[in-house]
Amino acid sequence: MEKVGKYMFFLGCTIPYRVSSYEISARKVLQRLSVDLVEMPEFNCCGLPLEPLSHELTLILSARNIAIAEREGLNILTLCPGCSGTLKKTNKALKEDKSLKEEINGRLKEVGLEFKGSVNVKHISQFLIDDVGLDRIKKSVIKPLRGLKVSEHSGCHLSRPRKYLEFEDPENPKALKTLIEATGAKYVEYMDETECCGATVAGIDDKISLSLVREKLSHIKSAGAEALITMCPSCHIMYDANQIRVERMFKETYNIPVLHYTQLLGLAMGISPEELGFDELRVNPSKIVKYAMEIKPRL
Amino acid sequence: MSESESTKPSKINPRFRYEVAKMPGGEKLLQCFQCGTCTSDCPIARFNEKYRPRNIIHMAQIGLKNKILDSEFLWLCASCFTCTDRCPQGVEVASVIRILKNMAAEEGHIPKLFRELLSNLLKTGYVYEVPESRIRRRESLGLPPLPKGDSESILKTIQELKIARILNSE
Repeated sequence: MEKVGKYMFFLGCTIPYRVSSYEISARKVLQRLSVDLVEMPEFNCCGLPLEPLSHELTLILSARNIAIAEREGLNILTLCPGCSGTLKKTNKALKEDKSLKEEINGRLKEVGLEFKGSVNVKHISQFLIDDVGLDRIKKSVIKPLRGLKVSEHSGCHLSRPRKYLEFEDPENPKALKTLIEATGAKYVEYMDETECCGATVAGIDDKISLSLVREKLSHIKSAGAEALITMCPSCHIMYDANQIRVERMFKETYNIPVLHYTQLLGLAMGISPEELGFDELRVNPSKIVKYAMEIKPRL
Repeated sequence: MSESESTKPSKINPRFRYEVAKMPGGEKLLQCFQCGTCTSDCPIARFNEKYRPRNIIHMAQIGLKNKILDSEFLWLCASCFTCTDRCPQGVEVASVIRILKNMAAEEGHIPKLFRELLSNLLKTGYVYEVPESRIRRRESLGLPPLPKGDSESILKTIQELKIARILNSE
């Protein structure tokens, strides 16, 4: 298969810290789609988690990463919408504001880096649609997941704030739905789809963040979805790892498996659950795995 | 802010709104006409009675600087940007709140969580301390080695920032 191209793979902090299943499945799926990933020769956080302390700190940290990718001459691909959103915002701000660019470059010069504004940044959802293309994705599906009913949660930072990210309509996000349909699975709508997962206040006020998770899970359950599909490591932690905390806190049972989109696509490509990091999930996904295993591959 | 609390005029800083409005993202602060779309659509406000974005914007407009910067509720914003995207006046509500957090941080009001994140960043480049066991396990999971951060280089680019100097001097 013709290569899609070479990309600088920006992993972020949350994925290597807690969400290996996303990385494992994304690498597998991207390999199947003939995407070449280049590892960052040097890394630092995109800066988003520290923006409450200093906006300038965030600008410097994200500009450092963009400058490293520019040195290698590669566009950036991220799995985390927080990372892509932050890098995209900085990229835009520095490209549009010459004096800001000079100020940040003054800091980067100290360590031999320079922001030029020559590369772009994409989250995997946008990348799959724009660069890989739905045709290639659909062709890679040998086990269409027909009959499987899933809901999605895109995550706020994929498209908000709209003015800076210029991706899709945050009030009616379609990218993940389109990608779900490409696997053959059926997309199920639910109430308040665009509501925040609360990850950013976890650690500051757990009661609020878990209340948000509970609300989301109950809406998904009422809609009759068999699984929730995410494309953000932080949202995934909230709905998967924290589902049991919510069940304990509110004395309720949800039992909704939470899959990364790359795991869902991987199953549809006929990749084994072991190779897609399914054993790392906290809510037992065996219902979904069993369903996928029973589909006869079309060859 | 409870209604029984009174605020002396001397506690009001009439220039404060201009300080906020000159920061990136704060430009439209004065355009807010207090419609309350931000608060009614805020996911945090539904589960916490102290956090009200509309009130925070109003307090910034009238100059209740200390009241905002000393508060704990300021740190509850989830930065989901729903308020920013829905404001009919184009006020970047979440960015105004971020400006206020940045100001509070410069005055030394920094929640413990953020101190930990910054300290991890300066040690490894990552804001979380990725356990050694996880780094070693990558190989058996078929993952390439984790990219490394260059602490010295990171420190060099940020050491002149006010926030870095504040944390250093503590």
